[in-house]
Amino acid sequence: MSEIAIPAMTRRAAPRGAFVGRIFEGLCFAAATTLLLALGGIIASLAIGGWPALSKFGFGFLTTATWNPVTDVYGAAGPIVGTLVTAALALVMALPVAGGVAFFLTELCPARLRVPIGTAVELLAGIPSIVYGMWGLFVFAPLFSKYIQLPLMAAAKPGSLLETLTTGIPNGSGILPASIILAIMILPFMAATLRELLLTVPAAVRESAYGLGATTAEVVMSVTLPYVRTGAIGAVMLGLGRALGETMAVTFIIGNSHSFPKSLFDSGSTIASTIANEFTEATSPVHTAALIALGLVLFLITFAVLGLARLMLRRQGGGL
Amino acid sequence: MNTLNVAVDEFETSIADVDRAEVRVDVRNLDFFYGKVRALKGVSIPFVRNKATALIGPSGCGKSTLLRTLNRMYALYPGQRAEGEILLDGENILAPGVDLAQLRAKVGMVFQKPTPFPMSVYDNVAFGVRLYENLSKADMDARVEEALTRAALWNEVKDNLKGPGLGLSGGQQQRLCVARGVAVRPEVLLLDEPTSALDPISSAKLEETVTQLKADYTIVIVTHNLGQAARVSDYTGFMYLGELVEFGATDEVFTRPATRRTSDYITGRFG
Amino acid sequence: MSAGKLVRRRAGDAVFKVFCILVTAVALVALAAILWSLLSQGLGGLNLDVFTKRTMSTGSHGGLANAIAGSIMMCALAMALALTIGVLAGTWLAEYGGRSPYASVVRFLNDVLLSAPSILVGLFVYELLVRPFHGFSGLAGAVALALLAVPLITRTTEDVLQLQASTLREAGVALGAPLSYVIHQILWRSARSGLLTGALLAFARISGETAPLLFTALNNQFFNFDLRHPTANLPVVIFNFALSPYDDWRRLAWAGALLIAGAVLAVTIVARIVAQEQKRS
Repeated sequence: MSEIAIPAMTRRAAPRGAFVGRIFEGLCFAAATTLLLALGGIIASLAIGGWPALSKFGFGFLTTATWNPVTDVYGAAGPIVGTLVTAALALVMALPVAGGVAFFLTELCPARLRVPIGTAVELLAGIPSIVYGMWGLFVFAPLFSKYIQLPLMAAAKPGSLLETLTTGIPNGSGILPASIILAIMILPFMAATLRELLLTVPAAVRESAYGLGATTAEVVMSVTLPYVRTGAIGAVMLGLGRALGETMAVTFIIGNSHSFPKSLFDSGSTIASTIANEFTEATSPVHTAALIALGLVLFLITFAVLGLARLMLRRQGGGL
Repeated sequence: MNTLNVAVDEFETSIADVDRAEVRVDVRNLDFFYGKVRALKGVSIPFVRNKATALIGPSGCGKSTLLRTLNRMYALYPGQRAEGEILLDGENILAPGVDLAQLRAKVGMVFQKPTPFPMSVYDNVAFGVRLYENLSKADMDARVEEALTRAALWNEVKDNLKGPGLGLSGGQQQRLCVARGVAVRPEVLLLDEPTSALDPISSAKLEETVTQLKADYTIVIVTHNLGQAARVSDYTGFMYLGELVEFGATDEVFTRPATRRTSDYITGRFG
Repeated sequence: MSAGKLVRRRAGDAVFKVFCILVTAVALVALAAILWSLLSQGLGGLNLDVFTKRTMSTGSHGGLANAIAGSIMMCALAMALALTIGVLAGTWLAEYGGRSPYASVVRFLNDVLLSAPSILVGLFVYELLVRPFHGFSGLAGAVALALLAVPLITRTTEDVLQLQASTLREAGVALGAPLSYVIHQILWRSARSGLLTGALLAFARISGETAPLLFTALNNQFFNFDLRHPTANLPVVIFNFALSPYDDWRRLAWAGALLIAGAVLAVTIVARIVAQEQKRS
């Protein structure tokens, strides 16, 4: 037994890092609370900043469509409707495609292509939205005008439903083109999220369904989808939240008119595009306040959607 | 399940006496709760100075739970609590106000799965030492060498002390953890199934190490491997469903178990 | 099973499969078209001037150098801020907050902030840092970007820390180290590639953001290294140039868009490589 083997009887002081330890935990807590404060700050500043407009116009702010910087009268109905309509249309268009891509990647894709295509989809989810906006304006709009708008408008008989849906200036911008661009933009994100969701279905469940002789479509419809139904709804709402708040993809191509859009090809605006276009050139304090009030409305809508999304994803479980 | 015609006394226990002066850690009437579930029931067991005591028993019997009360590792997890007394050199470590960091410096632990820190071999061993002592480089070098030697790892790593701890083989990693544990010169060493993740050769090496460490440390080793318990320990405690069923000198417990349950376990009738 | 039903099931299956393949093709084609435009238009506008000359009025053969510099500065500052707050907050959630009600609230609000419209974050920072100080600033822009990056980093930090084996934590504590010491000396080190991946992904996200910079950093015709003043940045410059009627400005806008998209893609790829390396070890 060597001398150094005898356990030391020396008194030990506090371990290294003990003092820092108390501050460390406090710092971490402070950081976590900063998040809370940031979000609270956002709501508060939007409410305070928008108050002058809200108090001046009252509830009518949400329902009137006049937006007149000259007379300082502002009604948000146009942008609100534009936001909801474009987001809804984008979702309706993107969801089937995203779902199809997700199912393709999980059920149909040959193994060698799975990684490249999957990676491509994820990488494309990272392309900045301004790129989509520019592409929409410079490439898509002229094509849309030439190959879709003009023919449709020419084919629409006077008085028909098609005509009401398609009146407007065929310059490639408007509610529908903006919705399409928006759909393309949220597509990669939704496809990636849905695919991750589908991957949570245990192999045993899918295999037993196949083992019973079900076709791919039947496995998907009767087994996989119900399994992830709640999570899928949550993912959809996440996509909706994105679409509602998107600025750059729409601003270029929505036409920026504040009135109620009267058809799919008519110009409109969204809350985000209005704020983006007008904020730095707001002509009066009331104008600024009206824009901030618009922001508050958008925040409340998005907050509600995101809250619901989280509830759905939580019920699904799986840490998404 | 009892297929013999002999009645098994479910409450029969047998605790051998030990010389109280030689007891380093004295567990008295320990109850342990995971939330509402009572995992340890009135366990009283002595751990003798500079001897190795093995804790054996089937899965879920509470041996690891008992081990983890000895350095209050359970305190990391809310909802787990211990009641009773554990005297380390006369002081109750379950009392409120006990400095847990100091306690753990005195009572070291080696885990089932080797857990080298993401740093060099040298830094791994020095980690605990640096917490409490300010050693010069020469002293630290000596301490690291001493610890690695006692863990029977020095010859294998002495040329690459700066290499990553994670780069060692499983057996070597576990010995690194032992070196790490003894470098701080604890008084008691707890080993939680230390060879269950190792191949037979590494296991044998580790058992040898433990046998040598016995001379200087009070060792408590939890093991599933009855042969290991027989080879390495001086005392053995057999636990079942949260109770200490039998405790005594290893030779006695293995060759002449005093209770039916113990002999059933040792002969492989269950567990 | 009747033959008719089997035929119907097979037909349904075929329709489904065709649908999936078709839409995937459509999606890939659309996205390829976008990349194609980006490359062809962007490369056409890319030349040495872009990197050496500052933005100038139309016809003056300007470049994007000041915007590039400004963006790099603001993103770097934003990442520094965001990493500090995000890693600490994520650590709190993983190690100290656990399942407490307060932690659940913080997690929820973190998720909301993660998906909140970026333009509203811009508005908030405007109210906080621009209006009271009567001036736009690169600093405000950096703060706005940081607010967008923090929730991402918080989330990845929490996830990656929870993946660390509990025995690692216990082994550190068993030596008598305070929990905080174990966290920053052992756990952070052990999780470092996950943290790096999170940081890279956050950087990729904020480098493409335009809306929050519109009314915080604004823009600047000249080089500006004092972030207390309006600072040129790529996204806002692209926005302004793209909507202008001038050809040379539009070409520069495409070049700038290509630069940003290229940077984002490069960073994302690096992040994935780091993640793969981690998985392999």
